[in-house]
Amino acid sequence: MPWDLKPDRPIYPQLIEQIELKICSGVYPLGSKLPSVRDLAQEASVNPNTMQRALAKLEENGLLYTHRTSGRYVTEDVKMVQKVKDKLARELVQEFLQNMTRLGFNKNEILSIIAKMTGGADNA
Amino acid sequence: MRNILECENLSKHFGPVKALDSVTLSIPRGRITGLLGPNGSGKTTFIKICNALLTPSEGKILIDGFEPGVETKKVVSYLPEKSYLNDWMKVSEIVEFFKDFYADFNRDKAYDMLGRLKIDAKTRLKTLSKGTKEKVQLVLVMSREAKLYLLDEPIGGVDPAARDYILETIISNYSENAAVIISTHLIADIERILDDVIFLKDGKVILSKSVDEVRDESGKSIDALFREVFRC
Repeated sequence: MPWDLKPDRPIYPQLIEQIELKICSGVYPLGSKLPSVRDLAQEASVNPNTMQRALAKLEENGLLYTHRTSGRYVTEDVKMVQKVKDKLARELVQEFLQNMTRLGFNKNEILSIIAKMTGGADNA
Repeated sequence: MRNILECENLSKHFGPVKALDSVTLSIPRGRITGLLGPNGSGKTTFIKICNALLTPSEGKILIDGFEPGVETKKVVSYLPEKSYLNDWMKVSEIVEFFKDFYADFNRDKAYDMLGRLKIDAKTRLKTLSKGTKEKVQLVLVMSREAKLYLLDEPIGGVDPAARDYILETIISNYSENAAVIISTHLIADIERILDDVIFLKDGKVILSKSVDEVRDESGKSIDALFREVFRC
């Protein structure tokens, strides 16, 4: 999964989002060791200080933890990751709703489109 | 001492032209700073003063506690805007030349980078293309373990793939004790790797901030802000 960073927003919150996403989608499995700051920075082609800042924030939030000598790890707490997943889901849906409202759909219309599309997928 | 470079009221006049006008700056260690400004805004003048190639008309500048001169040249790795390497030399000879010249030069690193950029060390410089020459020069500069890297337009003449590699090199070379100053107008290409940004206009500093602060406050990329500030 490549790093998708927009230049018109601060980089560091975007790094946080992308790492959260990578954890939720299993790119970085629970309890696994994270690559070093330098490697991550190089992979995302961002400044190491910015990457460091994002990782420190994720650590503060409990999604990552540092093993004193051996590096940074993803939490093993399933509930914690579920919480992040829920948060990401809410954000995605919110964005979707905003776009749909902009197109002029009301709540019922949106729901019926979703029902039709997901229902269609079930029947197929 | 936290700052690798400090200058106060630094000015440089060329006759009636003020190339630099009362510039006061501190550059901390461990950060990558973009020195940005349109043509003729004083970027190269500033960098030349840092390297003792020009002397200031007024004000003072200290690098690692010293005025620019012999002491600072030991710790500053400088990429000038034009090449000064001898055309008749082979790449390998220039590497040896640098090894002799600078105590902090890492030969292995140089050959490693040359290999990655697919540059044959046995070729003579004059047979290389302009862009490849620039790559060689950058390899030499980045192979030093310096405290301050002053890069004047490091990516101007090279292709986008090599540009990515060069930026990667700057990131992987990053050390907490070293600072990097990059002067360029190819902002979109480098803004992701910057910590701080300095805008120069007519020899004056008009903005000096961390890049995330700029994005936060303006809601714009550095590139977009630059285009706005310096609209012609």
